Formats: sequence, structure tokens, C-alpha cells
Amino acid sequence: MAGNYSNESMLDLYIFETSNLLEQLEHSILASEKSNHISKDDVNEIFRIMHTIKGSSAMMLFDNIASLAHSIEDLFYFIRENNPREVDCSALSDIVLEGVDFLKVELEKVKAKDPVDGDAQRLKETIADFLNKLKLQNSSAEKVSTSRKETKKNSVEDLKDIPEDIEEITEKIPEEKPRYYIAPNITEPPAALSKKNWYKAVIFYQDGCEMENIRAYTVIHNLKEIADKYIFTPEDIIENDLSAQVIKEQGFTVVLRTDKSYEEMHEFFMQTIFLRELKLEQIEDQEDEPVMNQYENALTPQIPVLQTVEKEEKAEKEGQPSSSSSAQQSIISVNVVKLDRLMDLVGEMVIAEAMVTQNPDLKGLQLDNFFKAARQLGKITGELQDMVMAIRMVPLSTTFHKMHRIVRDMSKKLNKEVRLEIIGEETEVDKNIIEHISDPLMHLIRNAIDHGIEAAAERVAAEKSKAGTITLEAKNAGSDVLIIVRDDGKGLNKEKILRRARQNGLLAKSEQEMSDREVFNLIFLPGFSTKENITEFSGRGVGMDVVSKNIQTVGGSVSVDSVEGTGTTITMKIPLTLAIIGGMNIKVGNSRYTIPTVSIRESFRPKESDIIRDPDGNEMIMVRGECYPVIRLHTLYKVKTEVTEFSQGIFIMVEDEEKSCCIFADELLGEQQVVVKALPYYIQNLKKDNELGGCTLLGDGNISLILDIQSITRLVKK
Amino acid sequence: MAEMIAEDFLEEDTQKNKFLTFSLGNEIYGIEIKYVTEIIGIQPVTEVPELPNYVRGIVNLRGKIIPVIDVRLRFKKPFMEYSDRTCVIVIDIQEISIGLIVDSVCEVLVIPEDEIVPPPSVNGGASNKYIKGIGKVDNSIKLILDCDKLLKEEELSNLTSTLSEGVIS
Repeated sequence: MAGNYSNESMLDLYIFETSNLLEQLEHSILASEKSNHISKDDVNEIFRIMHTIKGSSAMMLFDNIASLAHSIEDLFYFIRENNPREVDCSALSDIVLEGVDFLKVELEKVKAKDPVDGDAQRLKETIADFLNKLKLQNSSAEKVSTSRKETKKNSVEDLKDIPEDIEEITEKIPEEKPRYYIAPNITEPPAALSKKNWYKAVIFYQDGCEMENIRAYTVIHNLKEIADKYIFTPEDIIENDLSAQVIKEQGFTVVLRTDKSYEEMHEFFMQTIFLRELKLEQIEDQEDEPVMNQYENALTPQIPVLQTVEKEEKAEKEGQPSSSSSAQQSIISVNVVKLDRLMDLVGEMVIAEAMVTQNPDLKGLQLDNFFKAARQLGKITGELQDMVMAIRMVPLSTTFHKMHRIVRDMSKKLNKEVRLEIIGEETEVDKNIIEHISDPLMHLIRNAIDHGIEAAAERVAAEKSKAGTITLEAKNAGSDVLIIVRDDGKGLNKEKILRRARQNGLLAKSEQEMSDREVFNLIFLPGFSTKENITEFSGRGVGMDVVSKNIQTVGGSVSVDSVEGTGTTITMKIPLTLAIIGGMNIKVGNSRYTIPTVSIRESFRPKESDIIRDPDGNEMIMVRGECYPVIRLHTLYKVKTEVTEFSQGIFIMVEDEEKSCCIFADELLGEQQVVVKALPYYIQNLKKDNELGGCTLLGDGNISLILDIQSITRLVKK
Repeated sequence: MAEMIAEDFLEEDTQKNKFLTFSLGNEIYGIEIKYVTEIIGIQPVTEVPELPNYVRGIVNLRGKIIPVIDVRLRFKKPFMEYSDRTCVIVIDIQEISIGLIVDSVCEVLVIPEDEIVPPPSVNGGASNKYIKGIGKVDNSIKLILDCDKLLKEEELSNLTSTLSEGVIS
């Protein structure tokens, strides 16, 4: 059980880490594509990310993820080492992004606990092709790395033509380099030789795994079982401890002959403990001898030459993880449940503090020092409360940067030139809310590109710049955050919207009565889409109503504004946090209620003469020529109170969407940020028809019930 | 691991046959100790409108909001003003915390299983649906409450009453 648990959390960590890395990767590849130049830092970063993903995936036994990550890593290893002059940035981005997509899909499978079975073979081939092309282009730059880096050759060699050759070679090698030769335990019948393949494997161990020479020996030991001939460098792994250093720097190289296939050998080597990198290649038989020679030559004499290069690289490598790990350590991920608990505790502390400082026993006492200390305590608890709130806040930047990808993909597919501008990405929002706005935002961006931005020719004809611009802006506005998606496209066509609304029977009012804004807001109705053709990205008419629904669930609202010909602006207003709302506390008898400030329009003391009573006894009030129904909270909730005359109490006019009404209460207690708590499940069960949105704790420890204005206004309708 | 399980067993074992007893008028009731989380004095209760009268409202238990029900009213006994002796027994049943307002808390008793007899069924057993058993300790009698029914029964009866109403109308 304990084992299960730890594995579970390891998996969580893996998912968390990998998805973070993928986001980072996407971000840097998009950035480099934009500038059409891939910087050394980017290459290093991508290399490091891929390396980490490969390592952790292999550890979690997600082989396909690991192998794809490995081939991307190879690609960037080449770029990093050789620094090729001409890299087709766009093609490179395509490849990497495709890889990222694959990894994301696999990661989703991991999350859903489905078997991780995606086939990365095609992608890997694409990457290998690209790498080959790069190599051809940069063949001159390839001098140093040849010994370390060669293309994988997956092709199965045709061996039948040259059986004698092999025999000759197998004989030759031991003669030439007898000291490298270890006699196989089993003497193979010569007939089997024709099926033998030669492989060269270079094994790199993870940094800091220590005793590389012993580990290498283990590999050799295991090899005895499957290979009949093998040579390895450095050769004196057991006797000479210094060989560990060599292996560390240059890897452990084995050339072997076996009847196993490439895949089998690859699998064999991948099982090596602490494996960081493996380069396995099949050596073509006709070139067997030259390869061996070249490889010997390349290795032995070049060691001193390589050394310096390797050292530089080493330093670079060491520098990187240390800096990145220190950056990572400044952020920790915490379970939200713990945060909620912390928030509860701080809330309790605030109450406890009030209980101490406002203790009735202290009344009338002259306690200067006590109150001084109490004020200090009050200040600290206040700060603590603010900090706990701040912990839940997350900047919007990750969500915003995801949009880069969408813009890029769509503009490529639709052949439109679109630029995404991001303003105010550092704006912070409660974590729960961020999860809810990612999808709507995606819809809006897609819509803007598909429906908003015109084709290049059209834009030029309209005397606009060829590339369309989409601005994604976030800013604070009181206790709300505004997220604005603005495009400079063709704007909304009122006539078209009205026509479509008419066709679909979505019009509730006569057309003349509708304001521009009301017309535009029609696009948020379910089943509305003006785009004639359904494209891959949008046009199914589900987008916009999903947007508005999603935003509404987090207590926000969406509005559209548009000028035909110049663009559309969609504004999403979302609360900073779900857990805290601005509320007006009111008193009725001994009970306290809280009305969300967003729904309050005004509060006033009425004149008796403004009250109208209809024959059924319903009370209404006339305010500025409009009639509003009155709800007496004390009769609604059967609370005993002295204040029953309208002139003694206060009216609070509340509004929900289009409906308004006036709530009559004893008095206002003041406005306050309140932490919303759900009513106990037991109570919720008993109250089917619920006008209470929850409850909250007041500063003095009392509970205040939060009124759900929406259901109260609905009450009036009945 | 093995130790943990042993501990669990131990805890289970020490809780076995133990009952917290409280008084309600002249009777002494008992509830299994494993349900009880804590006992607190009576607290200011926030009324929640439109609930059955025995649900007094909600209280703030160190930041946790829990409903409280008056066991007297629940058993259709006359309401009694709360005093210093009035206690709230906080019980935890299937993740639901709930406070029971009782006249006073007595003690924790061990009642062996063979001292508990099933309640007599009076007139079809409608009157003792909340009583799981009757425990005999010395010469006195403790009524053992069925906590699950205390909370769940109402919903059931609600349902059946609406059903029967439907049939009548």
C-alpha cells in the first residue's frame, strides 16, 4: 500500500513536471520561430528539457515518450554541437511542435491511466530525416562530432552478398587489436555467421552516478550472453580506476557482433542502470573493417584533442542544470487542499484575535501596553491573511502563452498572417478561475482568427496592414479582472447577425428596439454561427455560448463591442477569486446576511409615499419612474425584528441580469471582503429550493448567510 | 505497516462497546463512541431559514461550519431553554459532521454486547425507529441511538410523505 502511494505521487510529479516542461518548450520554440533565429540559449534549454523528459519517462517506463524525446534531444544535440549556420527555423519548429503534441497526447493518456501506446516511429523518422539534411548542409562543421555522433541507421543490411568478408573481418580484428579481444564463451558454428550484425554502442552514464567503470563492466558481463564477439573502449575498465573518468567524458564504447536485431540490442542497452544517453548503430558489414579502423583511430589518438572540447562542454552542462535547478527550487507545488486548510486556519486566527482583543472582560480597563500589543497582532494577522490569499493567485502568463501556439497553427493552416500581442500577462487570478478561462480564451482567439481577421488580400484592399493583430490584454479593475481579446479584423456585421438570429428564431425583441450591444450579444446564444462554412477550427456555433457559459460559472460576464471594418473587442469580466467576494453585510433582527456587492445597485431609505401596494398585498416601490417589487427579508425568512416600518429600515436595490428588486433590511453593517464557505451538505440536502449562496464568517465569529440574488429575483417572478 | 494495522485494531478495540451517554429529560441515551469527535458547550447558533424546526441552524466550529440539530425537538419532546449544562455533541457520520444539542452529557460507559437487547417493537415499531438497542447497566437503562437513522430517516420519510401525498391528490 505504501509502495502504491509513493508511486502514485511520483506519477503525479512526473505529469506535473513534464507538462510544465512541455509548456516551457513550446514557449521557447515559438519565440525562436518568431525571431526566425534559434539562439544558443534556446537550443540549450530545449536540449535540457528533452533530456529531462527522456530521463523521467524512461524511469516511469513510458518507452515511446522516452524514445521520441531522445530523438529530439539528438537533433538539438547536433544543433548545439555544430551550431549550423542555416537552420530552417520554421521546419524545425514544426517538427518540435509535432513532437510536443505527441508528448501531450501521451501525457493525457498517462493522466487518464490509459496505456501509453502512441507510436512515435513516423515522427522519429521525420526527425532523423531532418537531422540528416542538416548534417549534409553542415558537413564541414561536422569534424569534431563524428566520433561521438552519427546518424542512426535503421536499415537492415543485406548481408548475404558478403559472407566471406565477414569471416575475414572477424578474423582480422582480433589479429589487429588483440588486446581488445575477449574470446567468446561459446564458439559459434560458422554457418550462423552470415546472420550476424555488427553494432556500435556508445553509452553515457548520468552525471554523478559514480563508478562508471564498474557499471561498464556489468554491461560487458551481460553482453557475454548475447554477443559472440565484442570490443570495448576504454579497455582496462576493471584494473584502471581512471577509466571511469574517460567513460564519464566520452562514454563507454562497445563494438559487438550478435545475431540480435537492432531493436533487441537497443532494448538491451536501454536497460542499463543510470543510462543517460545511448547511441547505438548498426555497422554496415562491407565497411566493417574501415569502420573499425576509423573508429579505433578516431578514439585513441583523439582523446587528448577531444579532451578540451569535452571539458568546455562539460562546464557548460554543469552550469546549466545547477542554474535551472536553483530556479526550480524557488517554486514549489502545493496541494490546494492544504491551502484551503491554511486559509481556514488563518480565518480562525482572525476570529480568535477579535475574541481576545474585544473580550468583554477588558471593558473599562486602562491597558495601554495590551492594546499596543494587540494592534501589532492585528497588523500581523491582517498581513498573514493577505498573504494566504496571494498564494492562491497565479499569473495569467501561462494561459496567455498557450495562445501563441494556437495563433501560429491557425494562421499557418488558414494562410493568414496574424500577430498576437500580449499585454498584462502578469495579472494574477485565483487558480480555480484560470482553469475555467483557458478554454473560452482559446475559442475567442480561434474565432478572432477565423471569423475576424480577413485574408491578406482583403486586408490590403481595405488599406490595412497585411498582418492582422490580435491583442490579448488583462488588467485589474477593482475586484475584477478584465480579459480583453481585440482583433483588427472586419468586425461584426449587424445585418448578418440579425438575419441569422431571425433564421434561427433567436430574437426575443423587435429588431428596432435592440441596441448595438444587444445585437452583438446575440452571438453568445446557443446555436448561433454566421460563418457559412464550417472549418476545422470554428463555425459549429457552439463556441461562443460555451464561452459565455464557462465565464458565467466563475461568476463573470462577457460582452462584445465591434466596429464594422475595424475590429471586434470581446471583454471578459471575471472575479479575482471565487473564494472571496466583496459583500455588503446587512442585519435583520439578530441575523446577519451578506449580499454580493456586484449585484447591489444602490441602497436608500424610502419615503412612505413611494410605496405602492396592490390588492394582493404585494408591495412595490417607485424609484425614478420605475417600479420595483419589494422583498421583506424578515417575512421571507421569518426573522423576529423590531424594524417593520419601511421608514425605519433600509432598501437595497439588487439586480441580476435584467431583473431587479428591492430588499428590505434593518440596517447596513458595512462592506467587507468575505470568504465564501459552502453550507453543510446536510443543510443543502434539506433545503431543496435554495436562495442561499453559502455562508461566511464575520470578524466577530458569527456566521452570515450569503444571499443568492439570482434566486431571490426569481422568487419575485413567482 | 503491520504496526499501523495493529494500532488500528487496537483503537477499534478500545472503542468497542463504549458509549457516550447523555440525558434528554428523564432518559439516558447512548451513542457509540466511534461517532463522537468532540463535545462543546452551546454556542451562538445562526438560524437558517426554511428548515425543519429541529434543525437549529449552523455553528462555526473553529472555521468549520456544521449544522446543529436539537435532539429534543427531533424526538418531538418539548423545547427546553439552553443552559450551562446544555452540550453539543459533534458526531461524524460518513464524512458528515453534525452537532447534536442535548440536555447534558453524562459519561462514557462500557456496555458489553450481551447486555444490549433489541428494542421491543411497540405497535409496529414506529416509535423506536431511532433506537438501535437497549443497554442495561446495573439497574438503569440506556437507549442506544442509531446515528445513521437519526440523519437519514428524515429524508426517507420526506420522500415517502411526498409519495403518499401524490397518491392522495
